Amino acid sequence: MLDLAAAAPADYAASMPISLATQQRRQARVLVFGYGNPGRQDDGLGPAAAAGIEALGWPDVTAMDNYQLSIEDAVDIAAHDVVWFVDAARVGAAPFSVTRLTPAATYEFTSHLIRPEAILALADRCYGRTPKAFLLAIRGYEFAFIEAITPQAEQNLKSALGALSILIRTAQMEVVS
Amino acid sequence: MSDVQVSQGSRKIVIDPVTRVEGHGKVTIRLNDAGEVEQARFHIVEFRGFERFIQGRMYWEVPVIVQRLCGICPVSHHLCAAKAMDIVAGVDQVTPTADKMRRLMHYGQVLQSNALNFFHLASPDLLLGFEAPVAQRNIFGVIEAFPEVGKWAILIRKFGQEVIAATGGRRIHPRLCIPGGVNQNLSVEHRDALRRDIGQIIDWCGQALELHKSFVHAHEELHATFASFPSSYMSLVGADRRMELYDGGLRAINAEGDTIFEDVRPADYRDYMIEEVRSWSYMKFPHIRSLGREEGWYRVGPLAQINCCAFIDTPLAEAARRDFMAIGHGGRVHATLGYHWARIITMIHCAEVIQGLLFDDDLQGTNLLVTGQRRPEGVAIIEAPRGTLLHHYTVDDDGQVTGANLIVSTTNNNEAMNRSVTKVAKDYLSGREITEGLLNHIEVAIRAYDPCLSCATHALGDMPLIVTLEDAQGGIVATRVKE
Repeated sequence: MLDLAAAAPADYAASMPISLATQQRRQARVLVFGYGNPGRQDDGLGPAAAAGIEALGWPDVTAMDNYQLSIEDAVDIAAHDVVWFVDAARVGAAPFSVTRLTPAATYEFTSHLIRPEAILALADRCYGRTPKAFLLAIRGYEFAFIEAITPQAEQNLKSALGALSILIRTAQMEVVS
Repeated sequence: MSDVQVSQGSRKIVIDPVTRVEGHGKVTIRLNDAGEVEQARFHIVEFRGFERFIQGRMYWEVPVIVQRLCGICPVSHHLCAAKAMDIVAGVDQVTPTADKMRRLMHYGQVLQSNALNFFHLASPDLLLGFEAPVAQRNIFGVIEAFPEVGKWAILIRKFGQEVIAATGGRRIHPRLCIPGGVNQNLSVEHRDALRRDIGQIIDWCGQALELHKSFVHAHEELHATFASFPSSYMSLVGADRRMELYDGGLRAINAEGDTIFEDVRPADYRDYMIEEVRSWSYMKFPHIRSLGREEGWYRVGPLAQINCCAFIDTPLAEAARRDFMAIGHGGRVHATLGYHWARIITMIHCAEVIQGLLFDDDLQGTNLLVTGQRRPEGVAIIEAPRGTLLHHYTVDDDGQVTGANLIVSTTNNNEAMNRSVTKVAKDYLSGREITEGLLNHIEVAIRAYDPCLSCATHALGDMPLIVTLEDAQGGIVATRVKE
């Protein structure tokens, strides 16, 4: 039978509050969610970052990618303690910038745009879970129909991945109950 | 939330947004000398560059490459390209297992995409009301008022994704199709898992329909007239004009429901349609050749799918279709908000088709691929979630793509979207100010069509919707940007 908790990954059930007696301290579960289109040059920075983190093979660190965010991503968001959204930025600081995110209700005119804050709000509303969340915006430069990240953005990606891996390790040191 | 800046000297209102869509929507409303709305135009960035991106690729790569086109419906492009490349591979009929695997994937895709549109995009307007405060008029406000809706939204979406993963090997970038067939059949484990849930999905779709109908019955006048006008419609239909989303003949009807053409094979589309370029838009304006530029425009998508078919061959969806068509009082339904009702009927149909397929042993067949004599050209059409999608390719003797022409649903709806926005501007513009209310109503009209913006390039730093009001001389009176 379909239900919201059952739709979540297996370890989500273990994260549900049960009783203090059965709680166990554990390492924070981290999700890196890179989104964008690898077929459009630097828009692929998000998925490339997710691939870079996945290659590390770290325990309790999950990497996902997609073209864009969608409402069912709330299921995966809710199953983690820390979430890093990784996106390409057409403007702003190079090589990257980090923004702390909080849940926020938003409403768009197209289903082709769903913001990370809205997914966080859905996770909160439907699952009662609000993981720590950040947006890692990696500066990109070219967004044409070419399946390759530009060399300049590639450098930004390298810097961002270095920082992200340190931040993930730091987050995991903060054990959660 | 909008951040408004007012420039006193020029009477220009500018709202600075920071968003993450590459192709933004832009609405321009032109006034006449009397200060009345003369016309409104909805511009969006299109992906002509993509057609060049495909050129030079090997034909068998294309069903995978085209998934780069759209973050919302990569599966639709995957399937349409595969059908076109079947023709190029010299295959006119794939095996029953291949055909049904593709159908299962397609109906799963349409189900989950329509669910996203209805629950996330449409339900706040419809269930909370156009005039509800912006801070509340969103999916969270809907969940507050109708707690079950959030569950339906997420789990119907998730079920559709599971259908795609079961057929395509993975949820993202599925690789089911190859020219002439498919890579895999449906495992018994996947089949049984999907069988367990499909009954619940059908039930939830039915409940969503009832919830939506409660809105319509409470707002019959608004539903009938908002952004609405009589129009022609175009859609695939199957034998006997049954609803058919994956394969069939192209049918177009006029506003009275009379047939303009039907049984049109994809390969013959240029005998019936013309794609016109206009200087002010990146998007082409396709129209029906026999009716000409002024009269030949039409609408596609769920409303067209329902209006063009004579019946639906699944019982719950057919009952819902009859109920829906009754509001047309014997004619076609022209209500633009009817797109949403039609979208739920299509969801029910998709769920019923999926249920039928899950009990069809052909899905466990092992005859997956047919080969044939290579051909230089292939054209295919499917009904994507937003409507008719056409892929046309030419391929050289070495198997390299030399030409590609894609007509996507949003392009087919180009003129109709302009007319809906014009209707809203005429009905709701008061004075020379773009109010929050006008902006909201324009958005409601656009949401009915749910246009595809630049297909899948999303990067921080761009603007999603800009509305500009111009005087009769083209001078800017006001601009407002929806963040």
